[in-house]
This record gives sequence, C-alpha cells and structure tokens, in this order.
Amino acid sequence: MSAQMSERAYAWVDDRLAISRGGRKLLDKIFPDHWSFMIGEIALYSFLVLVVTGIFLTLYYVPSGSDTVYHGAYAPLVGQKMSISYASTLDLSFGVRAGLLMRQAHHWAADIFIGSIVVHMLRVFFTGAYRKPREINWIVGATLLTLAIFNGFLGYSLPDDLISGTGLRIGFSILESIPIVGQFLAVWLFGGNYPGTAAIIPRFFIIHVLILPLVIIGLISAHLAMIIRHKHTQFPGNGAREDNVVGSPLWPVYAAKAQGFFFLTTGITFLLGAFVQINPIWLYGPYEPYKVSYAVQPDWYMGWLDGALRVMPAWEIHLPGHMIPNAFFPGILLPGLTFGAIYAYPFIEAKLTGDRREHHLLDRPRDHPIRTSIGASVFAFYFVMFGASATDVLANYLHLDLNYVLVFFRYVTVVVPLLVLAIAYKLCKELQGTDGGGRRKRANVVMRSATGAYSTVPVAPHPGDVQAALEPVAIDEVELVPVLVNGGNGDGTTAPPADGDGEHVYRIPREYR
Amino acid sequence: MPDERESRPGGEHAGGPGDGLSRPTIHASDGRGSAVSVAKTPADAPQLQIGAKHPRRAEVTAAALLVLAVLAFAGFGAVYIQGASNPWLGGTLGAGMLFFGAGTVVWGKYLMPRGPFEEERHLMAADPQQRADLVADFASRGRVAVQRRGFLTKLLAAGGAVMGVVLAFPLLRSLGPKPGLTLYTTKWKKGSYLTTIYNQRLHVDDVAVGGIVTVFPEDDVGSAVSQTVLIRYQSGGYAPTPFPERQSWGPHGYLAFSKVCTHAGCPVSLWEKQLGKLVCPCHQSMFIVADAAEPVFGPAPRPLPQLPLYVDSKGYLRAQGGFDEPIGPGFWSRGAGPQ
Ligand code: HEM
Ligand code: FES
Repeated sequence: MSAQMSERAYAWVDDRLAISRGGRKLLDKIFPDHWSFMIGEIALYSFLVLVVTGIFLTLYYVPSGSDTVYHGAYAPLVGQKMSISYASTLDLSFGVRAGLLMRQAHHWAADIFIGSIVVHMLRVFFTGAYRKPREINWIVGATLLTLAIFNGFLGYSLPDDLISGTGLRIGFSILESIPIVGQFLAVWLFGGNYPGTAAIIPRFFIIHVLILPLVIIGLISAHLAMIIRHKHTQFPGNGAREDNVVGSPLWPVYAAKAQGFFFLTTGITFLLGAFVQINPIWLYGPYEPYKVSYAVQPDWYMGWLDGALRVMPAWEIHLPGHMIPNAFFPGILLPGLTFGAIYAYPFIEAKLTGDRREHHLLDRPRDHPIRTSIGASVFAFYFVMFGASATDVLANYLHLDLNYVLVFFRYVTVVVPLLVLAIAYKLCKELQGTDGGGRRKRANVVMRSATGAYSTVPVAPHPGDVQAALEPVAIDEVELVPVLVNGGNGDGTTAPPADGDGEHVYRIPREYR
Repeated sequence: MPDERESRPGGEHAGGPGDGLSRPTIHASDGRGSAVSVAKTPADAPQLQIGAKHPRRAEVTAAALLVLAVLAFAGFGAVYIQGASNPWLGGTLGAGMLFFGAGTVVWGKYLMPRGPFEEERHLMAADPQQRADLVADFASRGRVAVQRRGFLTKLLAAGGAVMGVVLAFPLLRSLGPKPGLTLYTTKWKKGSYLTTIYNQRLHVDDVAVGGIVTVFPEDDVGSAVSQTVLIRYQSGGYAPTPFPERQSWGPHGYLAFSKVCTHAGCPVSLWEKQLGKLVCPCHQSMFIVADAAEPVFGPAPRPLPQLPLYVDSKGYLRAQGGFDEPIGPGFWSRGAGPQ
C-alpha cells in the first residue's frame, strides 16, 4: 500500500471518527521507563496468549462428562472407559497437529498470567501506587487476581483427569462448608451432591471460556482506561514531579518496546510449551471418584489454599443441630479476610495517616516501614502456606516423620510472618539512612583552588553517556524528525532525501558522542 | 525533591504547541543543577539522540535478530508440514517470537530517541463549582420527574425489587435440585452386598488379613458417595472397636468405613498396614482403624463413619444397614437432618 493510499484510508476513517481532533496527544502519551512497570504488561500479554490459545483449544475440546471408550493415538489408555472430556483432551494432545503445543502454552500462559499479576500487585503495594486517586484501580486489580485464580482452577478441571477431579471434590467441600448457604450453593452449582450431574463439565466450560473471560476483559479494559485517565505513576528523580510524566512517548519509542516485550512474552510461553511438560493428564489417568493419585498438588496459585487446608488444626464449631466445618476456616475465611484486607488497605491507610492528597510520585518501600513490613509479612504468610502444600513430599524427601513436618509448619505459619514483620521494619529503618532517592547519583569532582580551598562540584552530564541523568524534554514541544545518515546540518534542517522517494533513515547525527 | 528545576518554563520560549512554528524547544541543563530553557535545534539535544553508543552495532544486532526470526518462523512452517513433534513445533515458533521480540526491543531501545521526555499531568480533583452545578442540575431535573409522582416512584421501586428477586430464581435455583436427602444418605441399606468395582460380591474368604478393598452397594458401583473401604483387620472374631454397641459390626475381623474423608471429601485410599492407619492422600489425615477410624493426625475433624456388616448364610459380606450419620465433610445443617 503506497503512502498515498494509506493516507486516504486514514482520512476516510478520520472523517467518520474524528481521530485527529485529539491532536498529537495520543502519540505523545508518555510511558515511564522503569522496569517494574513491565510486570503488568506481561500480565496483559499473557492474557492475550490465553485467549488465542484458548480459542484454539475450544475447537477440539469437547465438554462432556458422558462416558466413552478410548480409541485414540495414546496406546496405554486404549480401551479404557473415560469421560468424553478426557478423551477429547487426549486427542487434542496426541491427534491434533500442534495441539499439545497449544495446550501446554495455554497452561503455561495461565501460570505466567497469574504470577505476573501477583508480582505486579506487590510492586503497586510496596511503592504506594494504590493511593489516591488510584484506589478504584487497586480494587479492579485485586478482583482481576481472584477471577484469574478462579478461571485457572476451572480450566484445569476441564480435562477431567484424576488430579483435577480431586481438586473439584475439594472445591465442592469448601463451597459446602459456608454456613447456612453453602450446602445449597454447592449442590446447585454441581447439579446435585458431589460429583453432581453430567452437566457440571459443560457448565464449568462455559464459565471458563465465556463468562469469566468476558468479565476479565471488561475489567482489564476498565483497568487500562483508568491508567490512561490517571496517567502512570513514577519514581521521583530525573525531573519527575507530581504534575508531569517522564519517560518515552507512545509513538514510536514505546510502541516498539511494547511490541518487542509482547513477543518476548509469547516466545517464552511457547518455548515453555515446547520443552517443559505441564499437566501430562495421560499420566494421571481418567477421573474416578474412588481413586486418587499420590502427591496431589494443584497448580501453584492454588498451593497456598492446599497448604492452609493441611496446616489447619482439626477444629470444627458445633452448635445445636448446626456446625461450621473445618474446611471453612482455611478455605473461605482465610481468603475472605485476605482479600477483604487487600480491598480495604488503601482506605485504612488513608484513614490512619490522614493523607487525603493525590499521589503520582511513588514511594520507596523503605520510606514507609509500616506498610512495607505489613506487606512483607502477609506475603511471607502466604509463602509459608504455599510451602505447607508440600508437607508429604518434604517428609518423603527428607525422610522425616510427616508428623514433625506438619507440626513444624503449624508453628512456622505463625512465627515466620512475625519475624518477617520485625525484620522488614528494622531493615527499612536502617536503609532510610542511606541516600539515593532511587536514581543513580551523579559523580562529584573535588577541586582545589589556587588558594588551596577545596570545593565539590557535580560532574556535568556528558550527553553521550547513558548514565547521565538528563532533564526531560517536553514531548509536545519537540518535533521528532528523522535525519539522514551523515545528513544532519546541525541547525535543525536536514539534507534533502538522497533517494528521492522520501525514505528517511531514522537516525540522528551524534556530535555529542 | 520533585521540583529540581526552579520553574517549569511556560511561555518564555519559542515554539509552544500552538504557535504554528515547528521550531522545537528543549530544556537543557547547564550541568550545575539549575535549569534554563534554551531554544535549540533538535539535533543538538542529547535527549533526541538515539540510545546506542554504537548505532551501527545496534542496527546489525537488530537486523540479525529479525533475520533469525524469519528463519525460525519459516522453520515452524516447515516442521508443521512435516508433522514434527512438539519440541520442534514449539521450539521454532517460540524462538521465532523471541527473536522477533528481541529485535524490536533493540530497535526501540537503541535506535530511537532515548529521552527522557515529559508530558503534563493534571490533578484528578474536579472543580468544585463544576461538580456542584452538575449535581444541582441532576437533582432539579430529577425533581421535575418525580414531583407529585411519589406513587409512581414507589411503584417503580417495587417493580425493580420484584424483578430482582424473581430473576435470582432462574439464575440460581434452576441450577440444581434442593439438597434434600442427598447429603445425608448413601445407597447402603439393610442387606446390601459389598460389591467390588468389578461388580463382584465379596465372600468372607475373599480378603486376606491385612487386605483392603473398595466396596460399593450393588446398585451404586463406582459411586462418589457410597464408596467404602473394607479392611480385614484380623482373621476371625469381631474386629476391635471402642464402642460396645458396635460389637457386632465387624464379623470375621472385617471393618468397613466410608471412604469419603471427613475433611474435604477425598477418597481415603492409603492403608498403612503395620500401623493400622488409613491415610487420606490429599492432606494426610490419618485414621486409626482399630479405634473406629478416629482421626489422629491432620485436619480431619471427625472419624470416618462405620458401616455395620454381617456375613450371610452363604458367606457373603453384607451391610446391616446404612451409615448412622452423614458421610464426608461437614456442612451447616449436618446435625439438623434434611429440610
Ligand atoms: C483468565 C484466563 C484463563 C486462564 C487462567 C485459563 C487457564 C486454563 C488452564 C490452567 C487449563 C488447563 C489446561 C490443561 O493443562 O489441560 C485450561 C483449559 C482450557 N481453557 Fe483456559 N484459561 C483462561 C482463558 C481461556 C479462554 C479465554 C478460553 C477460550 C476462549 C479458554 C479455553 C480453554 C479450553 C477449551 C480448555 C480445555 C482444554 C484442555 O484442557 O486442554 N481458556 N485453561
Ligand atoms: S480431604 Fe482428606 S485430609 Fe483433606
């Protein structure tokens, strides 16, 4: 398409949608360059991978709990009775070209998606990015995390293998444990007492591929719209202030980097899907409710729940005719309290500090020891829970009595978070003494005058030196024009294009090198 | 700290956004911390220089990465047509994407103006007057609608409320039946044969001492609810129990317990013969068989319910009746019986 044609096409659209009316604003949108802002992007990109690979899977996966006898490509299971779901997942893995790749990439993308959401959330928490005016976006983000975890759980239930079936059984029991309404919710959702009716797999399928993805897409859109509204937060230094944003413009610098990082994310996901086996359901076998495989472990993002279920002492609350079952405490109360606290944190903090101002500059974690140590402690708690989901594996591996391992974890879940709380607090206080403000310090020269007096002068930034902290340039006040190689005149004019057709090489003369 | 420069130059420079001149203006530091605004040509500003120290090298790197990407993608096409195995397919595709991405990152990071650039940000807080006006307009127009229409307003609210409630019916209630008896009962009843997963009735001689078998009632083989573990604890006599009333439940040394864990419902399927313990593989709850499946370890809060057995005249193992309590994990009205 020639330049003229694309210009006309754009004019056609512009006349109907008035895109140009906003002026250069869109091209000028500034994205901070700090690496920690990339983590949220990885979450976004891996969600796109989930959607694309997921659509591929829907073309072959058959959601049905009805029985069939397997006659597919995987010899060891030929002739076995299994659900159609399980058989179709085997066919997807062994019979469809690139099917296994898409399945494994989907599963890896789910793990990367949720992992990057968690790390992104930690970044936002420890830098105080959730403060006014971004509280709503914090809530949207936390909701995205819960929905992503739910959808991941539903996703790995779909193949109907021995491990996922066991997970469903535990899920049913947790739902059933909710006081008053739990037994109804569980029985209704599953269409009967466990294992429910054959409707359960199609039901989970439609929640997994349609309902939750739609909600997630809606929330991601809201999340991004709010980021555009608020503009990014940024670390102080390098000319960053409350009333500006410092970084790279959307077009072309950020666009190039974003496209690059998108493909780095997808590339790594597919390489994992190619070389690192994940969820080999053919090794687990089809689900039978009376069977269970040894060392059942859920996906990592459910590990904390599994650990909490293990560590919880064998308590129940008995009332006349009624009870609150054991699974309620680790399965409902613990996540409920945690997410309740996550949702409430920005408001609690604002209330306690009395800080009602807007904040666009980020905090250094050390400057807010209370926030930082609370966050570290809660994270440590969940980390220990995650470790506790491996009690049996640890006991086997270390040849220890399972008893000791469990008791150890029961203590550790209490002790470690408290220790982390204290250590993190102390560490913050210590670090506060050191300076740096998050930016590289400029070198100083010590000079001695003729009279013998000493003075310290910061070294002037050397323009060609990447380390030098340059003052930001107002993007709406510069023209980014391509300059021909060796063609710049140094006075803002450029030499006429050498090859007549207006092709410029995007390069700027570097007299400063 | 944020305000390192004395002031943000506003109008004292040429080339503001709207003046029609395309003469760019940049803020350059004079190197001693105090900032001045100088109109300069773009080529002079270090911020507008590309990021690379050695542009040629960066260009070659980016080009090499993109060439590798093209090769890897073409390789994917080739191995796909060949019908190659997963590592080949994913390896070529993933590597292609990785090179493609790395190439663009190098391009964006080293061959484009390295900045930093800035744009203005306006505080979120709205203008109080604007807000007050809008709220007032909304309220006064609202009053136009509801003035002396109090009755209509109430009807509207009633309609909305009823609609909300009835919509919850199909959304929730259609999903499944009321729990009814299902959470309280199993298919075991008086006289049920203990049947294996292969539909074989168990005879008193079928299981050796120390052996374990999963059994079901004949009409519910493979069931998630009725599944029961049968253990031959000793060769003869009544199997031990701390409960006198269960003296007759364990003939010929047999004991039978619900296989559904009282913690979170997993099948309790590991049998540690030497220790006489049943172990749940999910969260390692342990139940002492000779102690009427009392939990001694892990999170399980209650013993596994015991199935009373007898041996009929032909020597088949059968149930004296169902379990005398709901099996499996707890739920709110477990003790109250079906509603
Ligand atoms: C929040 C985003 C999502 C997450 C966290 C997620 C996670 C998962 C996981 C962990 C599995 C199990 C894969 C396995 O190892 O077999 C799965 C299966 C599946 N997913 Fe997703 N998924 C998401 C979105 C989607 C979307 C948007 C679609 C389709 C439009 C989809 C379609 C499927 C299908 C058809 C299966 C079953 C096929 C199979 O198990 O191989 N998923 N999902
Ligand atoms: S389900 Fe048996 S210990 Fe948790």
